[in-house]
Amino acid sequence: MESESLKGVLATTTRPPAPSRLSASLTMGWRAMLKIKHVPFQLFDVTVFPLMMTLLFTFLFGGALAGSTREYVQFLIPGILVQAILLITVYTGIGINTDIKKGLFDRFRSLPIWQPAPLVGALLGDVARYSIAGLMVVGLGFFLGFRPGAGVGGVLLALVLVLILAFALSWVWMVVGMMVENPESVMTSSFLVLFPLTFVSNIFVDPATMPAWLQSVVAVNPVTHLTSASRGFMHGGLQWVDVGLVLLASALITAVFAPLALRMYRRER
Amino acid sequence: MTPAIEARSLVKVFGATRAVDGLDLHVPRGSVYGLLGPNGAGKTTTIRMLATLLNLDGGSARVLGHDVVREAAAVRSRVSLTGQFASIDEDLTGRENLVLVARLLGLGWRGARERTDELLAAFDLSEAAGRRVRTFSGGMKRRMDIAASLVVTPELLFLDEPTTGLDPRSRSQVWDIVRAIAAQGATVLLTTQYLDEADRLADRLAVIDHGRVIAEGRSRELKRSVGGSTLHIRIQDPEERPRAEAVLRRVLGPEVQNGADEDHLSAIVPDDARVAAALSELAGAGVRLAEFSMGQPTLDEVFFALTGRPAEDQSRTPDGEAEEEK
Ligand SMILES: Nc1ncnc2c1ncn2[C@@H]1O[C@H](COP(=O)(O)OP(=O)(O)OP(=O)(O)O)[C@@H](O)[C@H]1O
Ligand SMILES: [Mg+2]
Repeated sequence: MESESLKGVLATTTRPPAPSRLSASLTMGWRAMLKIKHVPFQLFDVTVFPLMMTLLFTFLFGGALAGSTREYVQFLIPGILVQAILLITVYTGIGINTDIKKGLFDRFRSLPIWQPAPLVGALLGDVARYSIAGLMVVGLGFFLGFRPGAGVGGVLLALVLVLILAFALSWVWMVVGMMVENPESVMTSSFLVLFPLTFVSNIFVDPATMPAWLQSVVAVNPVTHLTSASRGFMHGGLQWVDVGLVLLASALITAVFAPLALRMYRRER
Repeated sequence: MTPAIEARSLVKVFGATRAVDGLDLHVPRGSVYGLLGPNGAGKTTTIRMLATLLNLDGGSARVLGHDVVREAAAVRSRVSLTGQFASIDEDLTGRENLVLVARLLGLGWRGARERTDELLAAFDLSEAAGRRVRTFSGGMKRRMDIAASLVVTPELLFLDEPTTGLDPRSRSQVWDIVRAIAAQGATVLLTTQYLDEADRLADRLAVIDHGRVIAEGRSRELKRSVGGSTLHIRIQDPEERPRAEAVLRRVLGPEVQNGADEDHLSAIVPDDARVAAALSELAGAGVRLAEFSMGQPTLDEVFFALTGRPAEDQSRTPDGEAEEEK
């Protein structure tokens, strides 16, 4: 090692003023983008599951459920978009858990930055991940014959609404990620919630054929309303009450879990 | 000038474990100071309290003149911490990691890239800089980690076991880095389990046992108080060990230990001139030597001399059982 250049590099610095909140958060968002670039796998392993469900349901049950596979794809894709994005929210919690384990949060916390910046930055990265997953679903759908009546605009509006609930859920997994021991536990505990939440809904079939007790469960599930709204945006026939309920659920979840996450983050470890 | 670190009766309790238990520390500015102690002695916990990452359960500490509780932000903007386990993002490349830290310290994109290139060159990492850190060797990760702590030169650098697990070459690279940092006038507080490392790098050191300082001073003084260097002998016939032990006790004094191997003995030497006498007395007593050597006392020996017990692993899990090997 060059001891002269070592001395030079140690001598030259003066401390710049601390970065603004926005700059620190954007830098953390840049880090999230780099992670997507270097580890694209984190997008695929969870998204692959809804994509597989799409193919299975379309070709196995599509004809039986909706008369033809083409018909069924129109019904299914807006819902699969919801499921795919809600499932990858788990990665927010896994990411935070890994950062704590690896001592990265210690480094961030010892820097003079706005303390929530790592959390906010992670959410910025999530926008990208969620959007890419959404594009993959719609892309596959298009290939299978999905033709949204309301065009690209409708798809984008649906995506925005899904992102809102996804953000709210991200805060939940952040809390879980800071609570449990390892990434596997984050995965397990969140799937215990997300699987029932996305399957006991109207994503795959019309609840009209379900037993009455199940119908009432499906009816209070926010995912059901999100899926209805997603279909409404994409094909027309939107019920604004669905949008309202999704926004309400998102606001409630965020109001509880965002402050909790921030408090847990500030707490020592 | 105020000292770099002034800590009084620091206490940190985790459940039933008193990880730090009334620790006092005085580190003058511009020095390299060593914290020496076995696993679980409380070194990491002490450093994390001083770096404002942990609250204090008792006592008080001022770092570079600022109270670690009331003026945590002021402390944070003057110190850097390189933790025991590399705190770099393994999914990112070496260069990206440093740019990230530089940006978070407030440098512009351009300044961050320039600073990163300087650091990479100085730390001998330029070639690997485009690779993901996951593929780096242990020594490279350590250097990355230290480089990340030096993006802005701190007034005080905490280094938690900077060389544990490194091969001799990487270890001496890290030593060079520590010396270079000290030569620039910064203060370094480092923890280590190796007395020879503390001896090479640190001007002063504190020996920690169960969260308390049990000895403090210049490392040379400390070693002398332990009894200076150690004579190690291996004998050809293990049967002769009791005889050898008796001779060593008579010539060198009471600090004689039987080693784990049955042919090994070690004795702390109060005065180097007595070694020759000890060896000839052994020969006179008919003890045949296979090998002998003089060594610096190890942490074990210092510990034994200071506490009368070996330096066993002091880590405790919440149920009070010794932790498994890391
Ligand atoms: N977060 C924690 N929760 C519970 N116990 C802890 C925690 N951190 C440390 N301890 C305990 O406190 C004691 C001191 O630990 P510390 O990590 O400070 O020791 P150390 O001297 O750094 O050891 P090592 O050489 O193994 O790094 C140990 O018994 C350890 O098990
Ligand atoms: Mg430690």
